Amino acid sequence: MKRSDVIKEISALDGLIVSTLGFPSRELYAVHDSARNFYMLGSMGLVSSVGLGIACSQKKQVYVIDGDGSILMNLGSLATIAHHAPANYCLIIIDNKAYGSTGNQATCTAKKTDLVKVAQGAGNKNVRRVTSIAALRRTLQLFSDRCIIIVAETDRYAEEVPIIPLTPVDIKVRFMREVTCRSKTTDNR
Amino acid sequence: MIDKKIVEIFMKEGIEPVLSVPCNLLAGILRKIERTPIRHIPVCREEEGIGIAAGAALAGGKPLLLMQNSGLGNSINALMSLTRLYKLPLFLLMSHRGGPGEKISAQIPMGAAAPDLLRTLGINFITIKTAHDLHGLQKLIRKTYALQEINAAFLARELWNEAK
Repeated sequence: MKRSDVIKEISALDGLIVSTLGFPSRELYAVHDSARNFYMLGSMGLVSSVGLGIACSQKKQVYVIDGDGSILMNLGSLATIAHHAPANYCLIIIDNKAYGSTGNQATCTAKKTDLVKVAQGAGNKNVRRVTSIAALRRTLQLFSDRCIIIVAETDRYAEEVPIIPLTPVDIKVRFMREVTCRSKTTDNR
Repeated sequence: MIDKKIVEIFMKEGIEPVLSVPCNLLAGILRKIERTPIRHIPVCREEEGIGIAAGAALAGGKPLLLMQNSGLGNSINALMSLTRLYKLPLFLLMSHRGGPGEKISAQIPMGAAAPDLLRTLGINFITIKTAHDLHGLQKLIRKTYALQEINAAFLARELWNEAK
């Protein structure tokens, strides 16, 4: 399974998407750019926290696309997610066991570290490992109304994708418009 | 009294969420927040709070991070490559450790460096030493969200001495 296959699957769902810096954001941009995507351009490690802040502050479903190297920088986030566990929060950790955006140096998940166990140990109830698109799809459906962490094991493969040509403020402004107008719609129901 | 007045400012200015990493000096404020409807999200490390605050701001919130000044050191890259990069609003409210009356030696070097770090980062800040200074705190908090800025305030230890 390639990372871009996982990203394609997520981008077909209804919800807000926050993606970690480097190839995951660039592949998401190339697969399906949309105002509902928030591309992280810096602050490696913080995407799961940014997504948690969005999920805790409004009702729309939030999908976070994180990486193994990135979540290893912010393991405390897994404990905070367990503590709050908003039902509209889905964290997908793409585990290719490498720092893919800097030349595929091995991360700790290549040897000893099991992110499923780490996430469970942090107190998260719903944690699943998937190694195929079919399993990913099933898991997303099964947990669509609950806080869920999915560790998706993928190949070390990056698509040939461009640098995102949007300015940070452009990314923010169009994303915020999307968040606000959608949450208003929900409130009016 | 001081703790109550500070939390009243949060209420008046519509602060939400409050992210926090605890400090002995902030214990009273943290207890008071728990008795308000303000969403309070304790975090494991200050940098994580910068991330959650950015998400809350993207959803239209007015986030505030409550921490020791040592947490500023843990947050610097995120403040620049996330909050500043996307021009998101954030208020940093820090207990200022390492000054007169400090019993923990490890607090002294970072306490001394913190104001200049903020200057280098281009983050506007004030120091609150007496209850009288709280008016300035409210003004700076309001400006933060009106202009989508990062601003900060140090709460000096003497602020609580005065109250006693």
